[in-house]
Amino acid sequence: MDWIVQKLWVIPALPLLAAGLSALLKQRRRRLAAGLAVGAMVLALALSCLAFANTLQHPGHGSPVRQGVNFFWFQCGDPQMSGGTLWLGWVLDPLTAVMLVMVSLVGLLIFIYSLGYMAHDENFTRFFCFLSLFAAGMLGLVIANSLLLLFICWELVGLTSYLLIGFWYHKPSAAAAAKKAFITTRIGDLALLLGMVWLYSQTGTLLFYDGGNGCLEPSALARLAAQTTSLGLAVSTGIALLIFCGAIGKSGQVPLHVWLPDAMEGPTPVSALIHAATMVAAGVFLVARVYPLMAAQPGGVAAVPGALQAVTWVGAITAVFAASIAVAQTDIKRILAYSTVSQLGFMMLGLGAGGVAVGMFHLITHAFFKALLFLGAGSVIHGCHDEQDVRRMGGLRKAMPVTFATYAVGMLALSGFPLLFSGFWSKDEILHSAHGWSVSHWPFYLGVFGALLTAFYMTRQVCYVFLGSMRSSRREEAHASAGRQQAEGSEPPHVGCYDPHESPPVMIIPLLVLAAGSILLGFIGTPAWPWFQGFLTGRSVPGELGRLCEPEVLRLMLLSSGVVLVGLGLGWWLYGRKPVTSADAPDALERLQPDAFALLRRKYFVDEAYEASVIRFQAWGAKACDWLDYWVWSGVVQLLSLLVVGLAWANRLLDEHVVNAGFDESCRRLTEGGTLMSRLQGGRVQSYLRLIGLALAMLALFLIWGCHAP
Amino acid sequence: MTPLALYLLLSALVFAIGLAGALTRRNAIIVLIGIELMLNAANLNFIAFWRFGPNPQALTGVMFVIFSIGVAAAEAAVGLALIIAVYRHYRTTHLDEVDSMKG
Repeated sequence: MDWIVQKLWVIPALPLLAAGLSALLKQRRRRLAAGLAVGAMVLALALSCLAFANTLQHPGHGSPVRQGVNFFWFQCGDPQMSGGTLWLGWVLDPLTAVMLVMVSLVGLLIFIYSLGYMAHDENFTRFFCFLSLFAAGMLGLVIANSLLLLFICWELVGLTSYLLIGFWYHKPSAAAAAKKAFITTRIGDLALLLGMVWLYSQTGTLLFYDGGNGCLEPSALARLAAQTTSLGLAVSTGIALLIFCGAIGKSGQVPLHVWLPDAMEGPTPVSALIHAATMVAAGVFLVARVYPLMAAQPGGVAAVPGALQAVTWVGAITAVFAASIAVAQTDIKRILAYSTVSQLGFMMLGLGAGGVAVGMFHLITHAFFKALLFLGAGSVIHGCHDEQDVRRMGGLRKAMPVTFATYAVGMLALSGFPLLFSGFWSKDEILHSAHGWSVSHWPFYLGVFGALLTAFYMTRQVCYVFLGSMRSSRREEAHASAGRQQAEGSEPPHVGCYDPHESPPVMIIPLLVLAAGSILLGFIGTPAWPWFQGFLTGRSVPGELGRLCEPEVLRLMLLSSGVVLVGLGLGWWLYGRKPVTSADAPDALERLQPDAFALLRRKYFVDEAYEASVIRFQAWGAKACDWLDYWVWSGVVQLLSLLVVGLAWANRLLDEHVVNAGFDESCRRLTEGGTLMSRLQGGRVQSYLRLIGLALAMLALFLIWGCHAP
Repeated sequence: MTPLALYLLLSALVFAIGLAGALTRRNAIIVLIGIELMLNAANLNFIAFWRFGPNPQALTGVMFVIFSIGVAAAEAAVGLALIIAVYRHYRTTHLDEVDSMKG
C-alpha cells in the first residue's frame, strides 16, 4: 500500500493541530495564528494533490480503486454475548481525492482572502482557530471510511458552522441565526443517527468498504435489500431515507432549508467556505458516498429505488423553490444563499437521476463559482463599507473593476452561460440525466425552470450592484455635509471614505484563481470528453468531439442555452435596460406582479409557517414542561424541603430546650453544689474535727437508740 | 445506778468538755488543755473498767494508765514546745491566724 494512503489521516490532522495551537495563542498573536492556519492548509493541499496523483496512477477497470486503512476503535458490550465492535478508518478513492483537492484548494484561497477581509477584526485569532477546525472536520468527513467517523466529523463541521455564524455574537441576529442553523440541522442529524443505528443493527458494521464485509459492499447490500419492513419498504431504502434526512438538514433542502439564508449573518469568508462551497455540499457528498445503499434493489426488480426517487424529487423541488425566492431578495448575500440552496437541489437532482458522477461534477464546479461569488460579494461589501442591500449599491463596475470582472465570470458560470463556463457543462449534465429519468419528466421541467430563474436572478443582482449609478444614501449625506462645511470655510472631512473602493490584492488574488477555476473546470466533464465522470466511476473514456453533435445531446444543449439566454435577456430587460435610479424605487417585478413578488420576498412564508406550527407547538410544550416543572416537580421538592426544614426546626427546639437546657441546668446545679461543698473545706482543722465530732455524736446516738428500735 | 455507770458518766462528761474545748476554742493552749482532758477521760475509763471489771487483782488498768500519763506528759511537752515555736514565729497563739500552710 502506498504511503500516502497510510498517512491520509495527516491531511485533516494538520488543520486540527493548527486549530489547537491557535486556540492556545493570545489574542494579539494575529500573524502567528494566520500563519499556522494557512501553513496547515498549504501542507494539506500538497498532501491532497499527492493523494489525487495516487488515484490517477491507479485507474480502475470498470469500478473505482479503493485503498483504505481500518483500525479497531472499541468493543461495545460482551463479545461472547451480543456485543459488537466499532471500527474506524479512512479510504482513498476518486471521490475522496476529488473532494480533498477541492476542499483544501477552496479552503486555502478563502483562508488567504480572510487575511484581508478580517484584518480589522479584533478576534482574528479566534476566527482562524475556528476556520482551521472546520477544515479539519471537513477533510476528515471526506476521507472517512466509516459512517461513524463521517458522523463525528459531520457534527464537528456543524459545530464550527454554529461557532462561525455566531462569530459576531454580540449581534442578536447573528446569535439567533447560529442557534437556528444548529437546531435545524440537528433535526436532520437525528434521522441520520437513527439510520446509522439501524444500519449497525442490521449489518454489524459501519465501515463502508472492508474487503467484502463493509456495509456498502454487495453482500451486505443484498441482505439489506432482501428484507422488507412495514409499508413494503426495503430495509436498505428505509436506512437510505433516514441518512438522506441528514443530508436534507445539512444541505439545506426543502423543508429544512430555512437555516441557510440566515447563516449569512456570519462573516462573508465563512459564508463562502462553509455555507456555499464545502459544508453544505457535505450532504451531497454523503448521498454520493452511500450511493450504493441508495441504489440497492432486491434482485429482479428493475424500477428506480425509492430512496433515489426521494432524492430526485427533493432536489428538483428545492431547486425551483429556492431559485424563485432568490428572485425577490435584496440582501446581496441572501440572494446568493438562496442560489446555493437551489444549486444544492440541482446536485441532489443530478445524484438521484444521474448517479454519483453527475451530482459530484456540479458540486465541484459549484464550489468554485459559488465561492467566487461569495468572495466577490464580500469584496463588494468591504468596498461599500458593510452595505449589504443591493438597492443601495450600483455603479460599482467602475469603482471595482477586478471584482466586477470576476463576479461576472461567477455569475455567468452559475447561470450556465453556454460553452465557456463550467456551470453550463455541469448543469447540462444534470438536465440531461433528468431528461432521461424513467419515473417522471417533472424533475426535468422543474430543473429547466430553475435554470431560467437562476439566470434571471443573477442578472438582476449584477444589474443592481454593478450597473447604473451609486445609490447609497450615506455617501450622498457625506458629500452634502462636506460641501456645506467647505462653504463655511472649515476643513472638509475625507469624503473618499464613503466612496466604494477596490479591495486589497490579498482579496483580489483568490478571486482571480477561483474565476480561472470556474471557467476551466467545466472542460474536464463535457460530453465530448467526460474525463471526470470516467475518473469517478473507474472507467477511462476517450475524448470524442463527435459526441457533442449527437442529436439528443445537441438538442438539450440548445434548449438549456436558450433557457439561459432567455433568463439573462429577461433580467436585462427588466433591470438593465433602465438603470435603477433610487434606492427606494419599487422593484421592476414588483410593479408587474406585486402580490407574487410579496410572496417571494417573504420566502413563501415558510418561516412564518414554522413559527405558527412547529415553534408554537414547541413553545406550548415548553410552557407545559415549565408548568410541570414549576408546580409539580418543584412542588414536590418544595414540600420535601419544607419537611426537612420543619424537622430541623423541631430538632433545634429539642436541642435548645431539652438537651442543652438539661445540661446547662445540671452544670449549674453541679457548680452550686460544688460551691456549697467547698465551704465545708475551709482549711480549718477544727471545723473538720467539729464535723467529725458531730458525726460521732450522731453515730453514738444512733447506736444507742437506733439499735433498740424494733 | 452502779458506781461504774457513775464513773463512766463522769468520764463522758470530762471527754465532752475536753472535746468542746478542743473544737470550739481558738487559743492553742486551751485546745491543748482540751486534748489533755479527753485523754484523762479515757484514763478514767481504764481505771473504772479495771476496778469494776472481772479481775481487779491484776494491775493491768493501773499499768495502762501510768503509761498513758507518761506518754501524755511527753505529748504535752512536745505540744507546748510546738506552741512556743508557733508563738515565736507568728507572735500569736490564735489558731485561725496560723494558716500559712493552707492551700
